[in-house]
Amino acid sequence: MNNPTQPVILIRDLKKTFQMGDVAVHALRGVNLSVETGEFVAIMGASGSGKSTLMNLLGCLDTPTSGDYYLDGHLVSALSQNEYADIRNKKIGFVFQGFNLLSRTSALENVELPLLYDRSHRITNARQAALAALDQVGLADRIHHQPSQLSGGQQQRVAIARALVNKPAIILADEPTGNLDSRTSIDVLTLFQQLNDQGITIILVTHESDIAQCAKRIVEIRDGLVLRDEPVLKRQYGSVDQLAKLPELAEAE
Amino acid sequence: MFQFTLILKAAMKSLMKNRMRSLLTSLGIIIGVSAVIVMVGIGEGSQRQIESQINALGTNLIVVFPSFSRSGGVSHGAGSFNRLTMDDVEKINQETTLLSGVSPVIRTGGQVIGGAGNWNTTIYGVNTDYFKIRNWELESGSEFTERANKTRSKVALLGKTVADQLFPNQEATGQKIRIRNIPFTVIGVLKSKGQNGMGQDQDDVILAPASTVLYRLKGRTNIDMINASAVSTAQLDAAMEQIRTVIRRSHRIESGDDDDFNISNQAEITDAVTSTSKVMTMLLGSIAGVSLIVGGIGIMNIMLVSVTERTREIGIRLSVGARGADVMIQFMAEAIVLSVAGGIIGVLLSFGITWGLSLFTSLTAVIEPFIIMLSVVFSAAVGIFFGFYPARKAAGLNPIDALRYE
Repeated sequence: MNNPTQPVILIRDLKKTFQMGDVAVHALRGVNLSVETGEFVAIMGASGSGKSTLMNLLGCLDTPTSGDYYLDGHLVSALSQNEYADIRNKKIGFVFQGFNLLSRTSALENVELPLLYDRSHRITNARQAALAALDQVGLADRIHHQPSQLSGGQQQRVAIARALVNKPAIILADEPTGNLDSRTSIDVLTLFQQLNDQGITIILVTHESDIAQCAKRIVEIRDGLVLRDEPVLKRQYGSVDQLAKLPELAEAE
Repeated sequence: MFQFTLILKAAMKSLMKNRMRSLLTSLGIIIGVSAVIVMVGIGEGSQRQIESQINALGTNLIVVFPSFSRSGGVSHGAGSFNRLTMDDVEKINQETTLLSGVSPVIRTGGQVIGGAGNWNTTIYGVNTDYFKIRNWELESGSEFTERANKTRSKVALLGKTVADQLFPNQEATGQKIRIRNIPFTVIGVLKSKGQNGMGQDQDDVILAPASTVLYRLKGRTNIDMINASAVSTAQLDAAMEQIRTVIRRSHRIESGDDDDFNISNQAEITDAVTSTSKVMTMLLGSIAGVSLIVGGIGIMNIMLVSVTERTREIGIRLSVGARGADVMIQFMAEAIVLSVAGGIIGVLLSFGITWGLSLFTSLTAVIEPFIIMLSVVFSAAVGIFFGFYPARKAAGLNPIDALRYE
C-alpha cells in the first residue's frame, strides 16, 4: 500500500498564523517532522502549544500558512477544498475525543460512512469492509447497535473501525481517551497498539504523558515548535500480558 | 458522487428521525398544493359548464345583427334601422364558400292555442339550415322542407316546453294549433336543450318556416338576425369576412363607411363569458399559490434549524471525506423530499377534497393532469429554491469548527 522507502508524513518548516483581529497569532512557527510507515507517534503538548493546529494540518482539515506537507509521497499543502476532502477520505482516519459518531445510526452504518464518499471506488463492497473493520476492533456482535446503546469504550472502538475502514495511510487520534475512564482507556490504547502491530501508522495527540508512553515515539510541541522528538524507552501497556487481557476487558464492559 | 438512490435513502432516513417535524414542515406544502389544485379545479369546472352551455347554442356559430343607426348624433339603439333581408340571406348562401349553413331568424311572440289550452311563447322563423346550425334535434316528427319554406306552409315544430304545455298527455305531432289565430299543423317536437347560461328556457320556442313567419305572422320584409355556421373553427374569421363582404355589397355600403350590421361569433361570446371565470380561476389559484410559498418558507426555516442542530454531523461527514457538494446535495435532497412528498400528499388530498365537494355541494372541480404535474413540479421547485440557502450554509461550514460545535 505505502512505499516503505519514503516517510508517510514529511513536514518541512510548517507555519500557521491566525489573524485574530489586529493581532497575528503564530500557532506553528516552523515545524519539521518525518514519520515512517508503521510508526506509532504521540504528539504531546499543553493546551495552546499548537498541537491541535498541527493535528488539523496533518489531518488536512486546514491549510498551512507556509511550508510543505507531503502525505504518502504527495504534496498536499497546496490543494483545493475538494482535493482536501478526497485526501481525508483516502489517506486519513480520524479518531476524536468525543467519538463523533452519528446518533441514531447503527454502528455498521457509522463505519460505512467514509465509504459513502469514496470517489476512487477502491472498496467495492462497503458492507463487507465495514463488517471486517468492526470485527477488527472486536465489535462483530454489536453491529446493529446505535451509539446510545453502546458504552464509551465501545463507541470509541466503532470510531476506530470507521477510521480503519477506508484503509488509510495514517490514523489520527485526537485525545482518544479523553472521555474514557482509565480502564477503558487502557483497552482503547491496547487496541491502537494491536493495530500498530499490524502495520498501521498511528499518530496520537494527547496532553497526558503516561498516555503518550504507549506510543513508540514522542514528539513534544511547545509554543509552535518541536521541543523534543525521541523514542519511548519504557513503553506502557504494550506487554504481551496486556494484550492477552484484551478479550477479558472487552467482556467486562 | 454517490448515487441518486443512496442520496434519496439518506434523506428519507434523516427525515424519518424527526417524523412529526417533517410532517408539520410538509403540511405547508400539502395545504398549498391541494389548495391550488382544488381552487383551479373549481374554476375549471365552472368554466367547462359555461362552455358546454354555449356550445349547445350551435357549433361555429356566426350571428349577424342589424346595427344601430344614428341620425343627427342621436343613437336609436340596436336594430333601430334594420336592413337585413331575406335577400341578404340568399346572397350569403350563394356567394360564400366557407359556410356550412345560413339561416334567417325572424322572431315574433304570441299566444298559441291548441290541445289542452294556450301558451305564450316565442316563434322563430327559420330555414332548413337552422337545425344543424343551432344543433336542434327532433324528438318526434320531421323537419319542414325547403318547399314548405318557399310555399309559406303553415307548419310548426314545438319546443319541449310548448309541447308539454299544449299537449300534456298526448302526442303533439300531427295536432293542429293556432298561432295568433292562424292555424298551423304541428309536424314535430324538438329535443329538449334545457336552460341556457342566462337561465332562459331554450325549449319554450316554436320553429316555423321563415317565409311563413315573415309574411303570415309579421307582415314585414326585414329579418331580425342571420345565423350561419362556418365549416370549421379555423375558418371562423374568414367566413365572417366573407359574410361582411357580401352584406356590404348587398347594402351598397361605400368603402370607408361603417357597417350597418354587426357580426359576432360564438367564440367571441364564449370568450366574453369565460374570461370572467378565467380571472376568478387565476385569482383563486394565485391566492393558493401564495400559501405554497409560505409552505416553502416553512421548509427553509426548518432546514436552517436542522443545519444548526446537525453541525457536528456535518463536521463528521466533512472529516471522513465528504466534499462541500456532498453535504449540499444531502440537505437539498432533504428539502426536496419534504416538498415533493408534501406535493404528492397534497395531490391525493385534493382528490379527496374534490370528491367531498361533489358529494356535499353543487360545485364540480375538474382536476386536469396538467395541473397535477404543474403543482408537483412547482413544489419541487419550492424545495430547491428554499432548500438552497440552508444547504449552502451547511456546505460552507469549516470542518474544524463544525467538529468542535456543541
